[in-house]
Amino acid sequence: MAQFVADRLSAEFPEAIQRILDERGDLTVWVSREHVHDVLAFCKRDDVLRFDFCMDVTAVDYQPLGGEPRFAVVYHLYSLTTGRRVRIKAGVPDDDPVVPTATDVWKATDWFEREVYDMFGIRFEGHPNMKRILCHHDFQGHALRKDYPADLRWRLVRPDDLVNEISPREMERIRAGAEHALSD
Amino acid sequence: MGLKDDLAPPAAESGGWPVEETPKSVFTTRLEKMVNWARAGSLWPLPFGTACCAIEFMSVVSSHYDLARFGAEVVRFSPRQSDMMIVAGTVVDKQAPILKLIYEQMCEPKWVISMGVCASSGGFYRAYHVMQGIDELVPVDIYVPGCPPTPEGLIYGIIKLQEKIQRGEPSRYQEIRDERRAAEAERHELVGA
Repeated sequence: MAQFVADRLSAEFPEAIQRILDERGDLTVWVSREHVHDVLAFCKRDDVLRFDFCMDVTAVDYQPLGGEPRFAVVYHLYSLTTGRRVRIKAGVPDDDPVVPTATDVWKATDWFEREVYDMFGIRFEGHPNMKRILCHHDFQGHALRKDYPADLRWRLVRPDDLVNEISPREMERIRAGAEHALSD
Repeated sequence: MGLKDDLAPPAAESGGWPVEETPKSVFTTRLEKMVNWARAGSLWPLPFGTACCAIEFMSVVSSHYDLARFGAEVVRFSPRQSDMMIVAGTVVDKQAPILKLIYEQMCEPKWVISMGVCASSGGFYRAYHVMQGIDELVPVDIYVPGCPPTPEGLIYGIIKLQEKIQRGEPSRYQEIRDERRAAEAERHELVGA
Protein backbone atom coordinates (compact mmCIF):
# COMPACT_ATOMS: atom_id res chain seq x y z
CA MET A 1 0.00 0.00 0.00
CA ALA A 2 2.69 2.45 1.03
CA GLN A 3 4.74 1.55 -2.02
CA PHE A 4 1.89 2.55 -4.30
CA VAL A 5 1.70 6.05 -2.80
CA ALA A 6 5.48 6.40 -2.89
CA ASP A 7 5.64 5.41 -6.55
CA ARG A 8 2.80 7.68 -7.51
CA LEU A 9 4.38 10.72 -5.79
CA SER A 10 7.90 10.11 -7.06
CA ALA A 11 6.58 9.69 -10.60
CA GLU A 12 4.70 12.98 -10.40
CA PHE A 13 7.40 15.01 -8.57
CA PRO A 14 10.79 13.53 -9.45
CA GLU A 15 12.64 16.77 -8.57
CA ALA A 16 10.68 17.73 -5.42
CA ILE A 17 11.04 14.56 -3.39
CA GLN A 18 14.21 14.31 -1.33
CA ARG A 19 13.76 11.14 0.64
CA ILE A 20 11.19 8.39 1.08
CA LEU A 21 11.07 6.36 4.29
CA ASP A 22 8.86 3.34 4.74
CA GLU A 23 8.85 2.27 8.36
CA ARG A 24 6.67 -0.86 8.60
CA GLY A 25 4.14 0.57 6.18
CA ASP A 26 4.23 4.10 7.64
CA LEU A 27 5.24 6.19 4.68
CA THR A 28 7.18 9.44 5.16
CA VAL A 29 7.97 11.61 2.17
CA TRP A 30 10.50 14.45 2.51
CA VAL A 31 9.72 17.25 0.11
CA SER A 32 11.56 20.47 -0.62
CA ARG A 33 9.89 23.54 0.81
CA GLU A 34 9.42 25.13 -2.62
CA HIS A 35 7.30 22.22 -3.80
CA VAL A 36 5.41 21.27 -0.63
CA HIS A 37 2.27 23.15 -1.64
CA ASP A 38 2.14 21.46 -5.06
CA VAL A 39 2.67 18.03 -3.51
CA LEU A 40 -0.09 18.59 -0.94
CA ALA A 41 -2.52 19.88 -3.56
CA PHE A 42 -1.75 16.87 -5.74
CA CYS A 43 -2.26 14.49 -2.80
CA LYS A 44 -5.73 15.87 -2.27
CA ARG A 45 -6.89 16.36 -5.86
CA ASP A 46 -5.40 13.31 -7.54
CA ASP A 47 -8.19 10.86 -8.39
CA VAL A 48 -6.20 7.83 -7.27
CA LEU A 49 -4.58 9.12 -4.07
CA ARG A 50 -7.56 11.15 -2.75
CA PHE A 51 -6.00 12.31 0.53
CA ASP A 52 -9.13 14.23 1.45
CA PHE A 53 -8.43 14.52 5.17
CA CYS A 54 -5.51 16.49 6.61
CA MET A 55 -5.39 15.08 10.12
CA ASP A 56 -2.62 17.26 11.54
CA VAL A 57 -0.03 19.86 10.75
CA THR A 58 2.83 20.04 13.20
CA ALA A 59 6.55 20.73 13.28
CA VAL A 60 9.80 19.41 14.72
CA ASP A 61 12.81 21.32 16.00
CA TYR A 62 15.93 19.31 15.19
CA GLN A 63 18.32 21.77 16.84
CA PRO A 64 19.69 19.44 19.57
CA LEU A 65 20.41 16.85 16.87
CA GLY A 66 22.20 19.45 14.78
CA GLY A 67 19.58 19.11 12.07
CA GLU A 68 20.10 21.02 8.84
CA PRO A 69 17.72 22.67 8.13
CA ARG A 70 16.66 23.20 11.71
CA PHE A 71 12.88 22.70 11.47
CA ALA A 72 10.58 20.36 9.63
CA VAL A 73 6.89 20.98 9.02
CA VAL A 74 4.91 17.74 9.13
CA TYR A 75 1.58 17.00 7.43
CA HIS A 76 -0.37 13.86 8.31
CA LEU A 77 -2.76 12.95 5.53
CA TYR A 78 -5.48 10.31 5.47
CA SER A 79 -7.79 9.19 2.74
CA LEU A 80 -11.33 8.42 3.81
CA THR A 81 -11.89 6.77 0.43
CA THR A 82 -8.92 4.40 0.28
CA GLY A 83 -7.90 4.23 3.95
CA ARG A 84 -4.30 5.10 3.09
CA ARG A 85 -2.07 7.38 5.12
CA VAL A 86 1.01 9.41 4.29
CA ARG A 87 3.28 11.77 6.20
CA ILE A 88 4.74 14.70 4.25
CA LYS A 89 7.73 16.50 5.74
CA ALA A 90 9.40 19.69 4.56
CA GLY A 91 12.64 21.12 5.97
CA VAL A 92 12.53 24.77 7.06
CA PRO A 93 15.70 26.79 7.77
CA ASP A 94 16.12 28.81 10.97
CA ASP A 95 16.95 32.11 9.25
CA ASP A 96 13.86 32.10 6.99
CA PRO A 97 11.10 30.10 8.71
CA VAL A 98 8.36 30.48 6.11
CA VAL A 99 6.21 27.83 4.42
CA PRO A 100 3.35 28.33 1.94
CA THR A 101 -0.05 27.81 3.56
CA ALA A 102 -2.21 24.77 2.86
CA THR A 103 -5.46 26.48 3.88
CA ASP A 104 -6.46 26.73 0.20
CA VAL A 105 -6.18 22.93 -0.06
CA TRP A 106 -7.74 21.87 3.27
CA LYS A 107 -9.56 24.60 5.18
CA ALA A 108 -8.97 22.59 8.38
CA THR A 109 -5.27 23.44 8.37
CA ASP A 110 -6.09 27.01 9.43
CA TRP A 111 -5.79 26.42 13.19
CA PHE A 112 -3.08 23.77 12.83
CA GLU A 113 -0.85 26.27 11.04
CA ARG A 114 -1.54 28.92 13.65
CA GLU A 115 -0.53 26.43 16.32
CA VAL A 116 2.74 25.69 14.50
CA TYR A 117 3.37 29.42 14.22
CA ASP A 118 2.63 29.91 17.93
CA MET A 119 4.83 27.05 19.12
CA PHE A 120 7.70 27.14 16.60
CA GLY A 121 7.61 30.58 14.98
CA ILE A 122 7.23 29.16 11.48
CA ARG A 123 5.12 31.51 9.38
CA PHE A 124 2.68 30.26 6.75
CA GLU A 125 2.62 32.53 3.75
CA GLY A 126 -0.87 33.30 2.48
CA HIS A 127 -2.63 32.24 5.70
CA PRO A 128 -5.80 34.32 6.27
CA ASN A 129 -5.13 34.97 9.98
CA MET A 130 -1.50 34.29 10.87
CA LYS A 131 -1.38 34.91 14.61
CA ARG A 132 -1.00 33.05 17.88
CA ILE A 133 -3.75 30.60 18.80
CA LEU A 134 -2.82 29.01 22.17
CA CYS A 135 -0.55 31.48 23.94
CA HIS A 136 -1.79 34.94 24.88
CA HIS A 137 -0.82 38.09 23.00
CA ASP A 138 1.75 39.24 25.57
CA PHE A 139 3.72 36.02 25.12
CA GLN A 140 7.25 36.43 23.76
CA GLY A 141 9.09 33.75 21.81
CA HIS A 142 7.92 30.30 20.76
CA ALA A 143 7.52 27.73 23.50
CA LEU A 144 8.27 24.46 21.70
CA ARG A 145 11.58 25.61 20.24
CA LYS A 146 14.29 23.61 21.91
CA ASP A 147 16.17 26.75 23.01
CA TYR A 148 13.11 28.14 24.84
CA PRO A 149 13.43 27.73 28.66
CA ALA A 150 10.63 25.30 29.59
CA ASP A 151 9.28 27.30 32.56
CA LEU A 152 9.72 30.86 31.27
CA ARG A 153 6.34 32.57 31.61
CA TRP A 154 4.95 35.86 30.37
CA ARG A 155 2.30 37.69 32.33
CA LEU A 156 -0.85 38.55 30.48
CA VAL A 157 -1.33 42.25 31.11
CA ARG A 158 -4.25 43.11 28.84
CA PRO A 159 -7.14 40.58 28.79
CA ASP A 160 -7.33 38.51 25.64
CA ASP A 161 -10.31 39.16 23.39
CA LEU A 162 -11.39 35.60 22.73
CA VAL A 163 -13.81 36.54 19.95
CA ASN A 164 -11.02 37.84 17.78
CA GLU A 165 -9.54 34.32 17.72
CA ILE A 166 -11.77 33.84 14.69
CA SER A 167 -10.44 35.35 11.46
CA PRO A 168 -12.41 38.29 10.04
CA ARG A 169 -13.31 36.22 6.98
CA GLU A 170 -14.57 33.32 9.12
CA MET A 171 -16.57 35.77 11.24
CA GLU A 172 -18.23 37.09 8.10
CA ARG A 173 -19.21 33.56 7.13
CA ILE A 174 -20.66 32.90 10.57
CA ARG A 175 -22.66 36.14 10.50
CA ALA A 176 -23.93 35.45 6.99
CA GLY A 177 -25.43 32.18 8.25
CA ALA A 178 -26.03 28.73 6.81
CA GLU A 179 -27.10 29.67 3.28
CA HIS A 180 -23.75 31.33 2.67
CA ALA A 181 -21.92 28.27 3.96
CA LEU A 182 -23.92 26.01 1.64
CA SER A 183 -22.97 27.98 -1.46
CA ASP A 184 -19.30 27.69 -0.51
CA MET B 1 -21.42 23.15 65.99
CA GLY B 2 -20.44 25.11 69.07
CA LEU B 3 -23.27 27.53 68.71
CA LYS B 4 -24.17 27.56 72.39
CA ASP B 5 -22.53 30.36 74.25
CA ASP B 6 -20.15 29.50 77.03
CA LEU B 7 -21.12 32.60 79.00
CA ALA B 8 -21.81 31.90 82.64
CA PRO B 9 -25.30 32.97 83.72
CA PRO B 10 -25.47 36.34 85.53
CA ALA B 11 -25.02 36.18 89.28
CA ALA B 12 -28.12 35.22 91.27
CA GLU B 13 -28.17 38.51 93.25
CA SER B 14 -28.43 40.53 89.98
CA GLY B 15 -31.52 38.54 89.07
CA GLY B 16 -30.12 35.73 86.90
CA TRP B 17 -31.43 35.37 83.37
CA PRO B 18 -34.17 37.85 82.45
CA VAL B 19 -36.68 35.06 82.11
CA GLU B 20 -37.24 33.43 85.43
CA GLU B 21 -37.79 29.93 84.25
CA THR B 22 -35.96 29.52 80.94
CA PRO B 23 -37.64 26.83 78.88
CA LYS B 24 -35.30 24.05 77.73
CA SER B 25 -35.84 24.91 74.06
CA VAL B 26 -34.18 28.29 74.40
CA PHE B 27 -30.51 29.07 74.71
CA THR B 28 -28.49 32.23 74.55
CA THR B 29 -25.61 33.08 72.25
CA ARG B 30 -23.90 36.05 70.67
CA LEU B 31 -25.04 37.50 67.37
CA GLU B 32 -21.57 37.15 65.86
CA LYS B 33 -21.51 33.45 66.67
CA MET B 34 -24.98 32.99 65.30
CA VAL B 35 -24.05 34.71 62.02
CA ASN B 36 -20.87 32.63 61.66
CA TRP B 37 -22.87 29.48 62.28
CA ALA B 38 -25.35 30.45 59.58
CA ARG B 39 -22.61 31.35 57.11
CA ALA B 40 -20.66 28.15 57.70
CA GLY B 41 -23.77 26.05 57.25
CA SER B 42 -24.95 27.60 53.99
CA LEU B 43 -21.97 28.07 51.72
CA TRP B 44 -22.97 28.57 48.10
CA PRO B 45 -20.22 27.24 45.89
CA LEU B 46 -19.14 28.72 42.58
CA PRO B 47 -17.33 26.08 40.53
CA PHE B 48 -14.45 27.48 38.49
CA GLY B 49 -13.88 24.15 36.80
CA THR B 50 -11.19 23.98 34.15
CA ALA B 51 -10.00 20.36 34.21
CA CYS B 52 -10.53 16.88 35.62
CA CYS B 53 -10.93 18.21 39.19
CA ALA B 54 -14.25 19.64 38.02
CA ILE B 55 -15.43 16.11 37.20
CA GLU B 56 -14.55 15.09 40.75
CA PHE B 57 -16.41 18.12 42.03
CA MET B 58 -19.49 16.92 40.16
CA SER B 59 -19.42 13.66 42.07
CA VAL B 60 -19.04 15.58 45.33
CA VAL B 61 -22.28 17.46 44.73
CA SER B 62 -24.09 14.41 43.34
CA SER B 63 -26.18 12.06 45.42
CA HIS B 64 -23.48 9.55 46.38
CA TYR B 65 -21.22 11.97 48.28
CA ASP B 66 -23.96 14.56 48.65
CA LEU B 67 -22.47 17.89 49.60
CA ALA B 68 -25.97 18.91 50.74
CA ARG B 69 -25.20 17.17 54.04
CA PHE B 70 -22.84 20.07 54.72
CA GLY B 71 -25.21 22.77 53.54
CA ALA B 72 -23.16 23.57 50.44
CA GLU B 73 -25.18 22.05 47.64
CA VAL B 74 -26.57 25.19 46.03
CA VAL B 75 -24.04 25.41 43.21
CA ARG B 76 -24.28 28.80 41.52
CA PHE B 77 -22.80 29.71 38.19
CA SER B 78 -23.06 33.40 38.87
CA PRO B 79 -20.37 34.89 41.10
CA ARG B 80 -22.91 37.40 42.37
CA GLN B 81 -24.90 34.64 44.05
CA SER B 82 -22.10 32.65 45.61
CA ASP B 83 -19.62 33.03 48.43
CA MET B 84 -17.23 30.09 48.07
CA MET B 85 -15.25 29.79 44.85
CA ILE B 86 -13.88 26.32 44.19
CA VAL B 87 -11.09 26.55 41.64
CA ALA B 88 -11.02 23.01 40.28
CA GLY B 89 -8.33 22.51 37.69
CA THR B 90 -5.40 23.98 35.84
CA VAL B 91 -5.47 27.75 35.35
CA VAL B 92 -3.34 28.94 32.45
CA ASP B 93 -1.92 32.44 32.14
CA LYS B 94 -4.41 33.25 29.37
CA GLN B 95 -7.28 32.51 31.77
CA ALA B 96 -5.86 34.56 34.63
CA PRO B 97 -7.84 37.74 33.87
CA ILE B 98 -11.06 35.69 33.66
CA LEU B 99 -10.43 34.13 37.08
CA LYS B 100 -9.69 37.55 38.56
CA LEU B 101 -12.80 39.13 37.02
CA ILE B 102 -15.08 36.38 38.31
CA TYR B 103 -13.52 36.52 41.77
CA GLU B 104 -13.96 40.28 41.96
CA GLN B 105 -17.65 39.98 41.12
CA MET B 106 -18.31 37.88 44.23
CA CYS B 107 -19.85 39.66 47.19
CA GLU B 108 -18.20 39.67 50.57
CA PRO B 109 -17.69 37.67 52.68
CA LYS B 110 -16.06 35.30 50.20
CA TRP B 111 -13.78 32.32 50.43
CA VAL B 112 -11.66 30.42 47.93
CA ILE B 113 -10.86 26.72 47.89
CA SER B 114 -8.00 25.66 45.66
CA MET B 115 -8.90 22.13 44.62
CA GLY B 116 -6.08 19.89 43.42
CA VAL B 117 -2.38 20.43 42.83
CA CYS B 118 -2.77 22.34 39.56
CA ALA B 119 -4.73 25.14 41.18
CA SER B 120 -2.55 25.01 44.31
CA SER B 121 0.93 25.00 42.77
CA GLY B 122 0.69 24.40 39.04
CA GLY B 123 1.06 20.67 39.67
CA PHE B 124 3.09 18.90 37.06
CA TYR B 125 2.66 21.85 34.70
CA ARG B 126 5.92 23.52 35.59
CA ALA B 127 5.79 25.11 32.19
CA TYR B 128 5.56 28.24 30.13
CA HIS B 129 1.79 28.58 30.18
CA VAL B 130 0.37 27.65 33.61
CA MET B 131 -0.02 29.74 36.76
CA GLN B 132 2.11 28.24 39.52
CA GLY B 133 -0.78 28.34 41.99
CA ILE B 134 -3.84 30.57 41.82
CA ASP B 135 -2.63 32.41 44.94
CA GLU B 136 -0.51 34.42 42.52
CA LEU B 137 -3.78 36.17 41.76
CA VAL B 138 -6.54 35.48 44.31
CA PRO B 139 -6.34 34.88 48.07
CA VAL B 140 -6.82 31.20 48.93
CA ASP B 141 -8.32 29.95 52.21
CA ILE B 142 -8.08 26.18 51.81
CA TYR B 143 -5.74 24.11 49.66
CA VAL B 144 -6.92 20.58 48.90
CA PRO B 145 -4.08 18.32 47.66
CA GLY B 146 -4.55 15.51 45.16
CA CYS B 147 -4.56 14.89 41.43
CA PRO B 148 -7.49 15.01 41.53
CA PRO B 149 -8.46 14.99 45.24
CA THR B 150 -10.91 12.31 46.28
CA PRO B 151 -14.47 13.51 46.98
CA GLU B 152 -13.72 12.85 50.65
CA GLY B 153 -10.71 15.12 50.32
CA LEU B 154 -12.76 18.02 49.01
CA ILE B 155 -15.44 17.45 51.64
CA TYR B 156 -12.72 17.54 54.30
CA GLY B 157 -11.50 20.84 52.86
CA ILE B 158 -15.01 22.29 52.99
CA ILE B 159 -15.42 21.09 56.60
CA LYS B 160 -12.12 22.78 57.47
CA LEU B 161 -13.39 25.99 55.86
CA GLN B 162 -16.62 25.73 57.85
CA GLU B 163 -14.62 25.33 61.06
CA LYS B 164 -12.57 28.39 60.15
CA ILE B 165 -15.70 30.45 59.55
CA GLN B 166 -17.27 29.09 62.74
CA ARG B 167 -14.25 30.22 64.76
CA GLY B 168 -14.81 33.71 63.38
CA GLU B 169 -11.42 33.92 61.68
CA PRO B 170 -11.11 36.42 58.84
CA SER B 171 -10.99 35.05 55.33
CA ARG B 172 -7.69 35.28 53.48
CA TYR B 173 -9.26 38.08 51.45
CA GLN B 174 -9.96 40.07 54.61
CA GLU B 175 -6.47 39.41 55.96
CA ILE B 176 -4.81 40.74 52.83
CA ARG B 177 -7.18 43.69 52.70
CA ASP B 178 -6.44 44.60 56.34
CA GLU B 179 -2.69 44.27 55.78
CA ARG B 180 -2.93 46.62 52.83
CA ARG B 181 -5.05 49.11 54.74
CA ALA B 182 -2.57 49.10 57.62
CA ALA B 183 0.32 49.68 55.25
CA GLU B 184 -1.63 52.49 53.60
CA ALA B 185 -2.37 54.13 56.94
CA GLU B 186 1.28 53.89 57.93
CA ARG B 187 2.31 55.53 54.70
CA HIS B 188 -0.14 58.38 55.30
CA GLU B 189 1.24 58.85 58.81
CA LEU B 190 4.77 59.04 57.46
CA VAL B 191 3.71 61.58 54.86
CA GLY B 192 1.81 63.56 57.53
CA ALA B 193 4.87 63.69 59.82
